[in-house]
Amino acid sequence: MDTTLTRSEVDSKADRPAPKAHRSRVPVLAAALIVATVAAAVLAAGTGAYGIGPGDVVGSLLHRAGLGGSALDRTGESVLWNVRLPRVVLALLVGASLGCAGALMQGVFGNPLAEPGVIGISAGAAVGAVGAIALGLNFFGNWTITACAFVAGLATVLLVYVLSRAGGRTEVVTLILTGIAVNAFAGALIGLFIFFADNAQITQITFWQLGSLSQATWPKVLAVLPCAAAGLVIAPWYARKLDLLALGERPARHLGVDVERLRLTLVLVVALLTAAAVAVAGIVTFVGLLVPHLLRMAAGPGHRFLVPFSAVGGALVLVAADLAARTAAEPAELPLGVLTALFGSPFFFWLLRRTRSKQGGWA
Amino acid sequence: MIRTLLAPGRALASGRSSRRFPESLAPGAVAAEALAASVRLGGRMVLDGVDMSVSAGEVLALVGPNGAGKSTLLAALAGDIAPEEGEIRIAGRPAAAWSAPELALRRAVLPQAAAVSFPFTVADVVRMGRAPWSGTPAEDEDDTAVASALSATELTDYADRPFTALSGGEKARAALARVLAQHTDLLLLDEPTAALDLRHQELVLRLARARAAAGAAVVVVLHDLGLAAAYADRAAVLHEGRVAAAGPPAEVFDEALLTKVYRQPVEVFPHPETGALLVLPKRP
Repeated sequence: MDTTLTRSEVDSKADRPAPKAHRSRVPVLAAALIVATVAAAVLAAGTGAYGIGPGDVVGSLLHRAGLGGSALDRTGESVLWNVRLPRVVLALLVGASLGCAGALMQGVFGNPLAEPGVIGISAGAAVGAVGAIALGLNFFGNWTITACAFVAGLATVLLVYVLSRAGGRTEVVTLILTGIAVNAFAGALIGLFIFFADNAQITQITFWQLGSLSQATWPKVLAVLPCAAAGLVIAPWYARKLDLLALGERPARHLGVDVERLRLTLVLVVALLTAAAVAVAGIVTFVGLLVPHLLRMAAGPGHRFLVPFSAVGGALVLVAADLAARTAAEPAELPLGVLTALFGSPFFFWLLRRTRSKQGGWA
Repeated sequence: MIRTLLAPGRALASGRSSRRFPESLAPGAVAAEALAASVRLGGRMVLDGVDMSVSAGEVLALVGPNGAGKSTLLAALAGDIAPEEGEIRIAGRPAAAWSAPELALRRAVLPQAAAVSFPFTVADVVRMGRAPWSGTPAEDEDDTAVASALSATELTDYADRPFTALSGGEKARAALARVLAQHTDLLLLDEPTAALDLRHQELVLRLARARAAAGAAVVVVLHDLGLAAAYADRAAVLHEGRVAAAGPPAEVFDEALLTKVYRQPVEVFPHPETGALLVLPKRP
């Protein structure tokens, strides 16, 4: 009856889709990221005013794990286990949270520019944390600041979400402008808290605004671990549905996704992850933007790779950035948030231009 | 390969999940119907007591001027919009009684404009059409379904290109390929030919016909009445939210009716050689 169908029938064997460059690159990239993260963590744990060789770091780790190896001398052991390792672990957790939160937000908003820092969620969570300090809240013990950051972060995510969506889509301009407004409002609230805070509190608050891991301790690691771990474990389960969401809300629903529930769950996860990161490290921007972006360029936009490995990539970037923050201006220490913003913003700008010209605009 | 595309396998065990798997529709069975359905959007009555049904094995064309309610009726039949009054039934049950995953096994929808947020490849996008079947035995057909949908829409050579880099017409075909790969017994296509050149308009409607011949129910919103006349078994002319006429195109496409509905003089006449129905605006 028609030539086309018969023709395709004849051709169908010959024109199987060729294997994809992206697909074959994925396992290599995944392995490389994991190896690099472990290597960076070991290196960071050994580097500082009191140097410890990577071999000794691994030896001490194995020793404590009961897998052989050998302990260091008393000073070495103390520096490694009480100073360096909490900091490295915290950097891994915060980086993983930020990277993963970025990938999720971009998927939920269907917009490559969504990032907790850029659209003001980090600032919102910081309002919660700063408020908890300034008002001397302590209803939840060690977890008070994390809890306040979570609640404020969640409120901000929802606010941004409602404000920046129109007709089922989020336009770039609306999103960025909403971010500016939210950041400004959060900045004002933080300013107010500072105005009413005493000197000791002001010192503590300043640390949030710059973003830093310098006060890392094991209790701090424990304070954020539940939030970060919950978020990181839940997130990959939604990868396939996030892929479908890229088609738009209605088509995703037509393919069986309960869009409202998916969105609500993921917004909660993003708030968890952002709160975890902000509660200990303050506002560290651009990690959640750059890492998923780079991975998408290298391995394609599929979320089954993107979500878990944005976490790994984020961990790698933050461990490396924190190492640089500690060592670049020794013995002084650069604020981590300042460092990531210093390198992140020009990169962000470059990505903006590049992606825009490639896609012919986003809106 | 085309056969797999046209007659999707139904060898489904009850499987691990609690989803109800679709039975194949008997020829002539009603796949979806609107019963006195009224829809109000933004205070305006967009559908006003519409009765319409589509059965397995037929192509139903929805035609009518802009704003007549074609897309709304399609969305209602898809279960996207709940009618204010009346009822929508899909595969024998009220649309609202199905869960989203269950509906996804029964009807596929081609939206008017296809957009993808990230640079997924064409093959990735088409494969998304297989998502409803994941975790079922039909998952084994994923590769064949994707490959045959690509070749049916003449996109095999585009499989590895980013969707975002395609032209409007190629995007429309890729979106159609995704819908075909979903292998449902009810296809709802909203203006599938709008962005396409002549060749691909014909191709898309031939595909719709072929799916109907294989037992699917196909609803297609069309602006080109000539295409509707050539490919639809039945046409419904919508006018201000009501069905002005419904039936075989030869009966429904009446000069007086179309002239009134479109507020534009229209002539309907047989092709001098083939006798096929032609619908053209009267030009001075």
